[in-house]
Parts: sequence; structure tokens; C-alpha cells
Amino acid sequence: MKILLALSTAALLSAQAPSGDWLHFQGNPQGHRFSPLKQINKTNASRLKLAWAMQIDKTDKFEASPIADNGILYVSEPPSDVSAIESRSGKVLWRYKRVLPDSVAYCCGRVNRGVAKLGDLVFIGTLDAHLVALDAATGHVVWDVEMADIKKGYSSTVAPLIVKDKVIIGSAGGEFGVRGYIAAYEAKTGKQAWRLYTVPSAGDKATETWLGDSYKYGSATTWVTGSYDPSTNLIFWGTGNPGPDWKGDKRRGDNLYSDSILAIDADTGKMKWYFQFTPHDVHDWDATQVPVLVDEMWKGKMRKLVLFANRNAFYYVFDRETGEYLLGKQYVRQTWAQPELDAKGRPVRLPNTAPTPNGTVVYPNSPGATNFQAPSYSPQTKLHYVMTRDEGGVFYSGDDTYKEGSWYLAGRFVSKPGEEATGAIKAMDFTTGKAKWEYALSGASWSGVLSTAGGLVFAATGDGDMLALDDTTGKLLWRFPMGGKAFANPISYLAADGKQHVAIACGHTLFSFTVE
Amino acid sequence: MRLTILALWCALALSAQMKAPTDEASLREGLKLYQFHCSFCHGKGDDGMAANLVTPNLVHAPTDASLVNIIRNGIGGTDMPPALGMSEQEMLMVAGYVRSLGRTAPTSIAGDAAKGKALYLGKGGCAGCHMVDGKGGRSGPDLTLIGAMRSPGNLRTSIVDPNASMVGGWSMVHLTLKSGQKVSGIRLNEDNFHVSLRDGKGKIQTIAKAEAVKIDRDLTRSSMPAYGKVFSEDEMTDLIAYLFSLRGAL
Repeated sequence: MKILLALSTAALLSAQAPSGDWLHFQGNPQGHRFSPLKQINKTNASRLKLAWAMQIDKTDKFEASPIADNGILYVSEPPSDVSAIESRSGKVLWRYKRVLPDSVAYCCGRVNRGVAKLGDLVFIGTLDAHLVALDAATGHVVWDVEMADIKKGYSSTVAPLIVKDKVIIGSAGGEFGVRGYIAAYEAKTGKQAWRLYTVPSAGDKATETWLGDSYKYGSATTWVTGSYDPSTNLIFWGTGNPGPDWKGDKRRGDNLYSDSILAIDADTGKMKWYFQFTPHDVHDWDATQVPVLVDEMWKGKMRKLVLFANRNAFYYVFDRETGEYLLGKQYVRQTWAQPELDAKGRPVRLPNTAPTPNGTVVYPNSPGATNFQAPSYSPQTKLHYVMTRDEGGVFYSGDDTYKEGSWYLAGRFVSKPGEEATGAIKAMDFTTGKAKWEYALSGASWSGVLSTAGGLVFAATGDGDMLALDDTTGKLLWRFPMGGKAFANPISYLAADGKQHVAIACGHTLFSFTVE
Repeated sequence: MRLTILALWCALALSAQMKAPTDEASLREGLKLYQFHCSFCHGKGDDGMAANLVTPNLVHAPTDASLVNIIRNGIGGTDMPPALGMSEQEMLMVAGYVRSLGRTAPTSIAGDAAKGKALYLGKGGCAGCHMVDGKGGRSGPDLTLIGAMRSPGNLRTSIVDPNASMVGGWSMVHLTLKSGQKVSGIRLNEDNFHVSLRDGKGKIQTIAKAEAVKIDRDLTRSSMPAYGKVFSEDEMTDLIAYLFSLRGAL
């Protein structure tokens, strides 16, 4: 097992596994969701065909992005099940079914966004806030540890991230006044190596950014997978909204470390730097987007960068060694802040934009400019592809008293009446914060984006049309109507017969496409 | 948070408080419905081919609401189908009857579980093929929860005559390929074109049927040998006591 783990770690740390496997949630630890495969390319994309479809027997939303390893796909099914699938034929090899207690609290459906794999083990964070290691050959449980108490409103929906010999995982429950965390577990044993809470403890200086003891219920959960940079040994992970969501009076202050990106030492779990995108958020704009790590020229000098398309409608670039703020630009319609951030990247909030008992109209809506839709970065085009949405919301404030395990929202939101959400796949030029091209969608989509060395960008529309676009122009090259709502992210892999496939979950089905 | 589903949450909160009836008239009616809808697979509760219901802790149904939900919808991916033609009230009465079976469940059975564990790990060599709590082999079903799933009688049958208690997903398949090579393993999937199997080393292989000249399937013969003659009667009782004690953390 030790040797297997070591070998696998080497493969996992390489920028992209050369075998055509898809070993991480985002394909590589740097968060690129880019496939180096080019069998499917601009010249033959129009001949893409459905290779197989695998239906699940659940009615919950299917948000998972599969892992592909040596001819087998490992995918989580809602609520917290896992299946192993033969990647050429789509046939199920084994299925792990988790028995959940009735009393799990969750905000947005009984969902799961994917598994991680290291050596012989497959890892899933479960809705009842456990981390479970399964034997990759049988689906048998090898270890199962409780991460947090579901009675307090904790759950887990995030795909874990493998960093060396550890499983890194975040928390969910941000609508129940939990205390968010990112934790590392030893892959082999399930022993916790470290845990970093995303809201401060009593005595920490950061408690001064919260009124009274409101930090105790501060949320800032971590429900979308972060990234890892082997060159600095830092993990980058986004944090969610402060609690309660829509009424800030009870938690006056910036509310650290909600709505932030954290740079974390992978061995110790200590925070090296942070940047807060939306201080004192009252619109539920979690910064739980995937940080994209690139080494590129910045104003004539090679730098290690983090690119971050945020839910609050601004696009950011940082130096990932120091946390230095380099760029911030509005990239989607917004009405809550001045169009220009200040010199340190802090938004200049406009008056009368906070929720009120009678409702306040603000752009973007609570689901934000982008959300858990995974972005993609192509080293070939140097473009950062982002699924965006454009929609106004009416934000109402209410009153909630914290009660363990219960909703802690203090308000609500609705879509702006008389308007429909629209969206676009935007190809962001990180050097300017502007889109080089965009592909408009008639409705907003919850699908993520994949780019490939074949010069293609894949994503699904909100109503389930799978699209292949030219990565330099955004021109539509192919589409396939999958017939369901898309909440998941596409991947690409080589099947056992050596053919490139592109797979995505849509509706209650996993689809896999290839070129005949 | 992405979408607030308060109404759903309220419905779930209410259903979690659902209580199955315990009065005699309801239990009698529940028994009648049980005999019609359930007994074909579950027998009297602890002697059928389906899960043992004579237990205070049903693995898939920790609450009455979840039990009714299983009766209503079945358990996807298993042989447990949804109930057809029962009203909500009738499903509640069936749930009440099933719960009553658990209330009379023996809290202990004959045999020494500690001695049984030693037999499991030693003389029986069971861990070579089966996993318990993440430790053991991959050639047979995981036994971590077997005590909650099976009755003592069914466990005995499985050990003495494994062929009489075949478990889906664990039959062997043997292929002879055109090259003359022979491949055997646990059959994970078979369609018109391919066979997927897990070989003795735990490696998963998918083989095109076009490559095979002969395919043999052990559909009625378990890969587990009969252990009736391996253990004395006392040892068998101890081993069953150990297996019956395996209920995981639930």
C-alpha cells in the first residue's frame, strides 16, 4: 500500500497525468479543469456522439464530477453514494450506498460534488459530515470518521482534494450557523492531521471583526474544492458567507474570514495569507469558487498567480506567494459597489444596497455572478473560462435567533420579478480582467466548464444542451440535447480502448461522449 | 447557499416526527398487510431471503418515517421494491407491525462472540475473503453490518451451505480467451458485449465477449466453500454469535 500511495502521489502532483486519467476534481491540483487530450479537436468535434449513458436511481440533483483512473470512473451519486463505472461502456462495477440518518440538515438539496482517489482508496465526504475511505476494487468501507456533529447543522458535499498523503476536505452548513473549517486527514488511516477554522476562536484578533460573540455562529463554510500548489506547498481554498446570511446588524464588522481566499500551509494547516473579497457580506455571496493557479508573465515578470472569478461580480488576480492584490475588475453586471475597487482591492459599497424588511433590489442576485460552476484554464490560450449568470434579486431582511442545528438566515431573497436569469460562458483574459469572447446563454446554467488541448471548450446550458465551442473564438462547433438540468462539471479521459471521452452528469444521468 | 427550500425542510421536519401505531387493532391489520405484501421475501421476519426485520435497529430505517419511506419507495439498487396499492395509513400499520417484531427481538443469542471472533480470524480464515470494519479480503461480501442484515438462522445456512444463500454481485465467471488464456473472477457486470470481473488480485478487468471462446458462470455455486465440517457445533454457535454482533456503529 505504501508503494502504491507513493507512486500515485507522484502522478497526482504532476501538472497533468500523462495517461489521460482525470485524477482530481479539477483534473490537476492547480484547479485548471484542462485536459491535455486532443483526439477530439476542432476538426472532428462536429462528429461527437454519445458513447453511453448511466442513469442513477435517485431524484436528487446530480452535481458530481467524476474521477477517471486506469479505465474506471469513480463518481458520487446523491445523496452520498459512490459508483465505480467501466469508462468505455458506462457499466457499473460496484456501488457504495450510504445509510443516512433522517435528521441531517442541508440547505440546497442532498447533493455531493465528487470523490477523490489515492492509491487503492476512494474518498467521499458524506451528507452526515463523515469522511469515508472505500476500497477502490470493491467499494467496501476501509475507514469512516466523523468530521463534525450533524446536530449542529454540519454536512459535507465537497469533493475532497488529495495533497501528498492527505485528504483535504471542507465543510457545509453555512445556513445553520456552524463554524466553517478546512481539514486534512491521513489518507491511510483517517486520522486528522490538522484543522483550520474559517472563523476565529475566542481571543483571536479576528474576533474584533465580529460584533460581540457573533463569530461563534459565523459559518464561512468551504463547500467547493480548492487548489494546491506544489511549488509553494500552499493550499488555496475559498470560504462562504457569514451567518446569518441576510441581516448584518448582529454581526457588524468585516466578519473574517468569510467570503475570502485562504492560503494554507499544506503540512501544518496554518494560514499564510488571506484576502477577503466581500467584507461584511449581506447577500450570501460565498467565495467558494475554485482558485486557478498559473505561472505566467505579469507586467513583464514571471509570477506565480491566483485567478479568481468571484460570486460578487468582480474578477481578481493575486500573487500567490505573498497574497499581493494585483487586479480586480467588474466582469458581470452589479449594482452594490462602485465599479472600481479601491487600491487594496476592497469594494466601495453603495448606500441602500443592504436587505431591508420591504426588499432591496440588487444585482447580482444571491446565486451571484458565478457560483459552484467549476472554471477552466487553458495553458494554450491562456484564457480563464467562467460560467457566469446575470440576474437581479430582491433581498429581504428578517429576524432569526441562533438555535443549534436550525436555519440561521435572518431574511430571504427572490429573483427580481419580471426578469429571467441569463448567462454566458466568458473567456476571461486575466491580464485585463475583461472577456476576450463570450457565448451568451438564454437562461443561466449551473454547469462548469472544461477546456482541452484539442482547442475546445465544453459546458452545458441550463436546460441541458451539451456544447463544444472553439476555445479562441467561442464559436459553437457541436451540441447535444441531454434533456435535463445540468448542475455538474465536464471532464475528459482516455477509456480502456484508448479513445478520448468527454463526460458530464445532467439530469439523473452521467453522459459520456466520444468521436467515432 | 444556492436555493432556499424552506418548504421541503418543514415537510422533512414534520415527517421525522411520524409515529407508527402500536395499538393491537393496528398491529393485527399490519400483520395481515405484511403477510400479503412482505412475507414472500421477508418470511416471518427473520427467516426469509431478504433482510432480517426481527431487530430493534433496522439499518435502513432508524425512524418510523424512514421505514414508511422505504415501504413507499423501496430501496433503489436493491431487490426491495416499492409497495403497490397501500394507503399511507396502511403503510404506517405495516411499519408498526415491523417495529413490533423488533421489540421482541432477543437481546442476545447463544454462543460466545469473543470466541467466535477468534475462530473467524483463525481457524476459519474468514478475513482472507471478507472485510469487517475495513480490514480483510475482497473476495466476498463486506460483513461489517451483517448482524443487522441477517438472522442467526440465515447466517448458519450461509456458512454450512453457501450455495443456498447466494448474494447478488458475488458469483464467479470463468472465461477462456481466443489466445487460450483463462481469466476468472467475481462477475461485476455483463452485457451483450463485455464481461467485467474482479480477479483474484483485486484487479478489475473488462473483456470483450468477442475475445472469449468460452464463458462459464457459477450462478448457483458460491465461490465460498462449505464450512459445516470445519467447525464443531459449539464453534459454529460461537461464530454465529460473533457475526450476529456485527452491526457497525448504527
